[in-house]
Amino acid sequence: MFAYIVRRLFLMLVTLFGISVIIFVLLRVVPGNIVDILFDAAGFVDPADKANLERELGLNQPIVIQYLHWIGGLLHGDLGYSYVSEKPALEEILPRIPITARLAGLALLFSASIGIPLGVISAVHQGSKLDYALRVVSLSGLSLPSFWLGLLILMASVSLFGTMPIFNPNPKTWLEALTIYAVPAMAVGFRSAALTMRITRSSMLEILRQDYIRTARAKGASEASVNYRHALKNAVLPVITVIGIEAAFLIGGLIVTETVFNIPGIARFLVEALRWRDYPIVQNLVMFIAVVVVVVNFIVDMLYAAIDPRIRFGD
Amino acid sequence: MRSVQALAVAVLSVLTISDVSCAAEPKSGGIFRIYHRDSPGSASIHEGATYSVNIPFMPIFNNLVIFDQHIAQNSADTIRPELAESWAWSGDNKTLTFKLRKDVKWHDGKPFTAADVKCTFDMLMGKSQQKFRQNPRKSWYDQVDEITTNGDYEASFKLKRPQPALLSLLASGYSPVYPCHVSPAEMRTKPVGTGPFKFVEFKANESIKLTKNPDYFKKGLPYLDGIEFTIITNRSTAILGFVSGKFDMTFPTEVSIPLLKDVKSQDPKAVCMVEPNNVSTNIIINSSGPPFDNLDIRRALALALDRKAFIQIMFEGQGDIGGTMEPAPDGLWAMPKEMLEQIPGYGPDIEKNREEARKLMQKAGYGPDKHLQIKVSTRNIAVYRDPAIILIDQIKSIYIDAELDVVDTAQWFPKIARKDYSLGLNLTGNAVDEPDQSFYENYACGSERNYTNYCNKDIEKLFDQQSEETNIDKRKKLVWEIDKKLQEDVARPIIFHARTGTCWKPYVKNVTIMSNSSYNGYRYEDVWLDK
Repeated sequence: MFAYIVRRLFLMLVTLFGISVIIFVLLRVVPGNIVDILFDAAGFVDPADKANLERELGLNQPIVIQYLHWIGGLLHGDLGYSYVSEKPALEEILPRIPITARLAGLALLFSASIGIPLGVISAVHQGSKLDYALRVVSLSGLSLPSFWLGLLILMASVSLFGTMPIFNPNPKTWLEALTIYAVPAMAVGFRSAALTMRITRSSMLEILRQDYIRTARAKGASEASVNYRHALKNAVLPVITVIGIEAAFLIGGLIVTETVFNIPGIARFLVEALRWRDYPIVQNLVMFIAVVVVVVNFIVDMLYAAIDPRIRFGD
Repeated sequence: MRSVQALAVAVLSVLTISDVSCAAEPKSGGIFRIYHRDSPGSASIHEGATYSVNIPFMPIFNNLVIFDQHIAQNSADTIRPELAESWAWSGDNKTLTFKLRKDVKWHDGKPFTAADVKCTFDMLMGKSQQKFRQNPRKSWYDQVDEITTNGDYEASFKLKRPQPALLSLLASGYSPVYPCHVSPAEMRTKPVGTGPFKFVEFKANESIKLTKNPDYFKKGLPYLDGIEFTIITNRSTAILGFVSGKFDMTFPTEVSIPLLKDVKSQDPKAVCMVEPNNVSTNIIINSSGPPFDNLDIRRALALALDRKAFIQIMFEGQGDIGGTMEPAPDGLWAMPKEMLEQIPGYGPDIEKNREEARKLMQKAGYGPDKHLQIKVSTRNIAVYRDPAIILIDQIKSIYIDAELDVVDTAQWFPKIARKDYSLGLNLTGNAVDEPDQSFYENYACGSERNYTNYCNKDIEKLFDQQSEETNIDKRKKLVWEIDKKLQEDVARPIIFHARTGTCWKPYVKNVTIMSNSSYNGYRYEDVWLDK
């Protein structure tokens, strides 16, 4: 297991290095930079002023020097300065991370706590009316975009209660805090819940047909014991993988959800920074997201290995 | 149906006016909550060229003079003193002298003096050590030779030649006086002004907060304890926020005509105003090469436009047809209707115009069997894309097959500057309803915002002639003549001038939306909340 962990850690570092190069190069390949956008607002491009500004921001330097400057700073904990706000990038990014983390955590929690039990119920009652109803719910979860669902929730909130949740960093009541995070978390987590439910259902159905399940039933084990002790434990492996992948994909859903619910998290901030070509913010944020995804993958693999010993020894 | 809509808007306007005039004694207190449509790039008005910067930060500052904040139509007659107590032109109309107030302090406690006036305008003219990152309105001060001070409380603008328009340019929301002791970089992040509200914080993509300046030189003002802008980029969420009472006002002039109906149906008590905003939707033509180096094809294009159809489709009839200057009655410098209709393409018989256009196209070698293939380039924003699509549809009738070329915002101006386009669908906002601003910025030879490189030395002489003219009636006639020639030359065909809406809750008092500018009415020093 130790060798396995060391090998995975090494691969993580190689992956992150590759990602850093790709992020950096892709960002510079995208047409236009902050200077173009600043002058876009002015309605013209003054070549002399443009050159001055590019020099001021270091954009006139060769791309390799710019990359080394960024990576060198990153290794020393210096993320540079936002081109737009002229504040340290770390100061801009740090306060937004907990907001998105809470939202993503709640969305995943919602996804797992709704998706897994409903998936099991659906599988156990295969072919019943309940199964069909749950399958319709899961299908709608996969079909409805989170921004649409979010807007629907907001409109319903305004029509029914005459108010709507607008992000407040200092909620006064527990209920306010819950609406701030729980409602958008549900909007974005609904898709993941639906996916988790489908995977759990199909995985459970496969397991429930296995010989050892039949044996367990023949031994007189209760239905609950068969379903939850024998079947679910084995069926949950692909579900864990899916939840891990969903954690990585969640950022896409969060971009629109944070915009619709006006939540100042990193997902929305990333899009705004991209719009301005605010390189220091974009490259550091994407790098941060890459680290999160790589670490989540690592954790999923470790969990996998912990649950199924064949993986750690067979690899 | 259109007349019903017009009547509804008229009634609404009257109700709003009576709401202001019948206002009770102002009350102090309360935070005025507005949503902001996007996150501005910086807090520095002088470096900005969009009202995304101008609206939230104008309450921090004062100008030497300002357009009366409660007269919707900006004009030379509505200019009021702010940091200047009075002003006077010299006998030769080449020196404008301001006597300054002595009781004004910057928000950090330092006294305001004539040196601040000099260093602000020296910086705008590019004559000081400190430089702006970008200086979009430098051309406004082309005729200013130097700024001189006489002691701490007198400043004079010495001109190369008379330019009566200078006072109007100084009265724009884009002309605040900056402090000498604060660097341009600090003004981008923590602006210091003398105005009714002090800067508290600007969190990108979140909010902008201003608080009451208790030492404001106008005693008893402002009434509000503060102003908070919540940045909401999603328009549906923002409008829902207004309807549900999270905001007291929408972002000014950001409510489109179809959305206005939604707001009124969900919040019937909301006060909504529809005003023109001196933004024209126009076509920029690359005449530096084929096919539009051919004047016949340019003229055919101008003749093919059905302006009423644009306005009907996009704004349910709420728009105006005019030339470069904003149409009357809100625009001060608009050509009379009978003069406008003499311009090719402005006549009411669209089919006749198009028949003429087809003849010109045939003369240029195109016809039913040989269509001209082009691209119509525009920015990837709905207010640009939608009219571009209508334009493509309309020019089909004169043998032009066009394809929409949507350009990323970051690439738009570099692309235009490279002349890498045939036709472009463009929007031009005028900061002041003033010919000097519009003509020199958009049509003068070599001007950076003259995207089409239009250059006509004869018209340029007329630009100067009208600019120097102090008799307003004579000046108007010159302006009409210039505007007519610009349209006849197909310099930048104007399609329409849009109107947009602003809504606020009935308890918000003393808000006036300007009718010939989107940039000059946001000081908010005597706005108050009746709740």
